[in-house]
Amino acid sequence: MHELTIISGKGGTGKTTITSSFAVLANNHVLADADVDAANLHVLFRPQTLHAEPFSGGYHAEIISAHCNGCGKCREICRFHAISASNGQFTIDDLHCEGCGICYHVCPENAIDLAPASTGDVITAQARCGPMVYAELNIAEENSGKLVTQVRAQAQKLAKQHDCDTILIDGPPGLGCPVIASLTGVNLVLIVAEPTPSSMHDMQRVIELATHFNIETCICVNKWDLNQSMTADIEKCAEQHGVQLAGRVRYDQAVTDAQVNGKAIVEYTDNEAAQDVRRVWEYVSQRLR
Amino acid sequence: MKVAIASGKGGTGKTTIATSLSHLAANLNHRTVYADCDVEEPNGHLFLKPDIRDTRSAGVLVPVVNEDACIHCGLCGDVCLYNAIVTLGGRVLVYPDLCHNCGGCALLCPVGVICETSHEIGTIDRGKSGTLQYIAGRLNVGQISCTPLIRAVKQDIPKADLVIIDAPPGTACPLIETLHDCDLALLVTEPTPFGLHDLKRAVQVARTLDLPVAVIINRADIGNGDVRDYCASESIRIIAEIPNDRRVAEAYSQAKLITSAIDEYTPLFTGMLADIIEYGKCTN
Repeated sequence: MHELTIISGKGGTGKTTITSSFAVLANNHVLADADVDAANLHVLFRPQTLHAEPFSGGYHAEIISAHCNGCGKCREICRFHAISASNGQFTIDDLHCEGCGICYHVCPENAIDLAPASTGDVITAQARCGPMVYAELNIAEENSGKLVTQVRAQAQKLAKQHDCDTILIDGPPGLGCPVIASLTGVNLVLIVAEPTPSSMHDMQRVIELATHFNIETCICVNKWDLNQSMTADIEKCAEQHGVQLAGRVRYDQAVTDAQVNGKAIVEYTDNEAAQDVRRVWEYVSQRLR
Repeated sequence: MKVAIASGKGGTGKTTIATSLSHLAANLNHRTVYADCDVEEPNGHLFLKPDIRDTRSAGVLVPVVNEDACIHCGLCGDVCLYNAIVTLGGRVLVYPDLCHNCGGCALLCPVGVICETSHEIGTIDRGKSGTLQYIAGRLNVGQISCTPLIRAVKQDIPKADLVIIDAPPGTACPLIETLHDCDLALLVTEPTPFGLHDLKRAVQVARTLDLPVAVIINRADIGNGDVRDYCASESIRIIAEIPNDRRVAEAYSQAKLITSAIDEYTPLFTGMLADIIEYGKCTN
């Protein structure tokens, strides 16, 4: 099984544009959307849902007011300022509760209930490009890292069932918990950069992260022609970090038009930008073998 | 007044707008702070080029066990729901990266042999760019949890008339921590299916926090009209539309503020700022 994660550090550089095209170009693969708090691949592919599995990645505490004697011990020990009182009634704010359960342990009246929080759903679906897995994180829920792990586990299960040899993972922006969950143990990371100082700055942090986890990494520069000298700087910087170049994709208005029409760029047109993406896929698929 | 510039979808122009607005507000003699809460990938410094006067380490409290006095009862491991502390074969193992810093193990240890020590997760820079005050968090590479760092940045924000917060992308815990205690969420989007999908989620998060929202449409002439239809149906005000202008992209790619690079954008940003300040007066 080969797993490829597409990340960027900085958001909006074109991860989903590239991933959606890879999903169309690849054979025998499962597509996984690991950007669980802003998932977009299903917006593009509108897949048919086969199965939705509720996911709980933590706990929420709740005060049973009938048993509460108002001693306030729970509020004293809560590091997350999640517990407040008004008119002697103690309540827990779900938005601030980290689900650590310490209030549950200190309450002398056993008036606190600790129940699994409903974090979101892991959705197994069939898209025109093949089987796919994505998640819908409930609004204002946390534990998105665990949900990413769940999406990947479901994608692996699906790959085994369908005898697929490749998993394409569209990663989240940033470099924290969900990003780490999306790249641990994969075979290859593709960083999608753009020729801006922000992207270059973020790319270096993401390379450092991938190196930290000892994962083979390559980059492609999207919209490269918007600033050719910056593109050269980014590629040079990547190579200095031992990261290979997977290619360049030119800026093209057709990328947005394709999205508006619910298509990957390689489905929408065979123009030069689409051919650029094809060439990046050829490189990446070779590296995955 | 505290305004968070947020988006849901990454790369819609949060930092471009937050830095230009902050710079302009300071130039118009408002006491202004720019606070970068996108601690995973802070970029505001590239555009504001602040003179950093102070960098401090930001940490969280994690347990340390005095093994000599430990009776290895295993209670700490039983109460920790994050598997950050476990007793194994007569030893206690602590995994600081998994720790959520709740303090439960130290509090509940029956023989009191667990104390807490600070574990660095990132740094906080403070400085100035002209008269604009600058503060930014930067998560250490490999760290998992960024919300305690966002909390620390927000606690360190100096007093000012206007605080402009550059929020992290996404709609999960980092955004919630950032929006907490703000007066207004300005959501930057682009008029595309992805932009709309993520905008809807960001609006839902802000409304869950009872936070008023307004929208800025960036690259307004690409895509389709669905974002405008959505805003109309939800009675969300669109306070500005920024065209898809190659000069804006070029200014960004040269790390320049739009308002400094292209004069004709100053009225647009001045109008946005006046709207925001007017809004603050109405709600206070």
